[in-house]
Amino acid sequence: MGMTMTQKILAAHAGLESVQAGQLIEADLDLVLGNDITSPVAIHEMEKMKTKGVFDKEKIALVLDHFVPNKDIKSAQHCKCVREFACKHEITNYFDVGEMGIEHALLPEQGLTVAGDVIIGADSHTCTYGALGAFSTGVGSTDMAAGMATGKAWFKVPSAIRFILTGKPAQWVSGKDIILHIIGMIGVDGALYQSMEFTGDGIRCLSMDDRFTIANMAIEGGGKNGIFPVDAVCEAYLKEHSMRSYQIYEADDDAVYEQEYTIDLSALKPTVAFPHLPENTKLIDEVGDIAIDQAVIGSCTNGRLDDLRIAAEVLKGKKVAKGVRTIIIPATQKIYLDAMEEGLLKVFIEAGAIVSTPTCGPCLGGYMGILAEKERCISTTNRNFVGRMGHVDSEIYLASPAVAAASAIAGRIVSPDEVMGS
Amino acid sequence: MKAACGTVFKYGDNVDTDVIIPARYLNSSDPKELALHCMEDIDREFVEKVKAGDIIVATKNFGCGSSREHAPIAIKAAGVSCVIAETFARIFYRNAINIGLPIVECAQAAKEIVAGDEVEVDFDTGVITDKTKGTQYQGQAFPEFMQKIIDCGGLIPYINQK
Repeated sequence: MGMTMTQKILAAHAGLESVQAGQLIEADLDLVLGNDITSPVAIHEMEKMKTKGVFDKEKIALVLDHFVPNKDIKSAQHCKCVREFACKHEITNYFDVGEMGIEHALLPEQGLTVAGDVIIGADSHTCTYGALGAFSTGVGSTDMAAGMATGKAWFKVPSAIRFILTGKPAQWVSGKDIILHIIGMIGVDGALYQSMEFTGDGIRCLSMDDRFTIANMAIEGGGKNGIFPVDAVCEAYLKEHSMRSYQIYEADDDAVYEQEYTIDLSALKPTVAFPHLPENTKLIDEVGDIAIDQAVIGSCTNGRLDDLRIAAEVLKGKKVAKGVRTIIIPATQKIYLDAMEEGLLKVFIEAGAIVSTPTCGPCLGGYMGILAEKERCISTTNRNFVGRMGHVDSEIYLASPAVAAASAIAGRIVSPDEVMGS
Repeated sequence: MKAACGTVFKYGDNVDTDVIIPARYLNSSDPKELALHCMEDIDREFVEKVKAGDIIVATKNFGCGSSREHAPIAIKAAGVSCVIAETFARIFYRNAINIGLPIVECAQAAKEIVAGDEVEVDFDTGVITDKTKGTQYQGQAFPEFMQKIIDCGGLIPYINQK
């Protein structure tokens, strides 16, 4: 029986010729990731282990990104705990303030994640690296602890859903619209315990940043991972960012997919997920009159350079509506610098937006843009659950950077076409 | 392995880890402190009402969203002895097993059991008994490998024993 791309990577890392869906395996890990929220719990668990020390100090990444620069004393204590651990174990890939970025934008940029890897991270959006043809999935802190100590993790080999992407997306349709469309179609548990395998010639039209966004939100469809084939665009990215050798795996022709969906990208429109689930999607022309108090452009989903470029294209020479707090967060220091050199930051500031240092901040209701009761935010982040960005009676609408920027100008949720006058 | 027995708190589909333990409390990793805010954004009365041994029953995709292990930690530290659901989100499922919070998948029980019922769960057989209604359900058994982790009291003791 043929294997999917995910199954082939898992088989190779388990030292097996083949695996099938449902099989329990133990796989070797190429990278174990944690952040300032999940690592302290993992470090505490590691202290209970008989094995002392880490399996490989170069295959662990610790990124302080959620509540840094520290938002309060307790989060400062957590960061201190991670900092001391990183120092004690001489962790090579430890990223503190000044070097850090939002983990899922930072690691590919630093070349730490490449095609063919098996990666676990104590953060649900670890599935992002599937864009590079890696198997990567989110786990909890105890799995992270076990991974740091042993270099191994157990997995149930997932069955798969194939998404065949065809055609070329129209202007203002981005990776975010594609993945919101998919989640709207399959639901937030539509891919539960399964891998989401993206294929088709439409992928050629997607930038790496679009692919990162799509793979990033596989978890929002319940998926174990999302994965893209490695093509010329991906290889160019890998060669530009990483010194590591990579391995390309391709699905067998007779691989088994439990379901298949064909999506014509040229037929998609900008899409918005209404509160309080990412599956509550509407096309931009079905949105109605939704006034907003805040716009957030950033996060591991949409804080990359392409995202900022699109936002700047929409905001250039315009002002955000009076009373709409517009918060733009480049995901890494490099993206921040590139955006500065391209003049994007000037566009944002002149439009009346603020530009923040990299942080997960408002996405999870940490800080840097918390909502009050009955406030509404259009956000390029990934979750619009109850209370996610602040008050339990606030609302989050998920959208692309283009729609978020246009909405910031209009003061209500609109299509970029409406403010660009095309 | 001993059985769980307690009063049921009932929730619907897609209970996410943000409502189980909101991120505004994730500046702590102390189980006792997390337990004080367990389920706060979905059920303000939960923390006041929950007693040691009580059981959470929910329908589809319980624990979806963030990978925060703080969610099952908060539930366990609040005194909950078992979570029954039609399905669990996969990271929550792993986390619960890894920290030794008993969970059982059973679609029919998840659908029929209501808030306030007295329910018993036998972890050896997977049998769920609703003592209030006098009904019984067969929960799905864990694969042997996961059962070993649970029997050891979580992933770390399991690895230590290997």
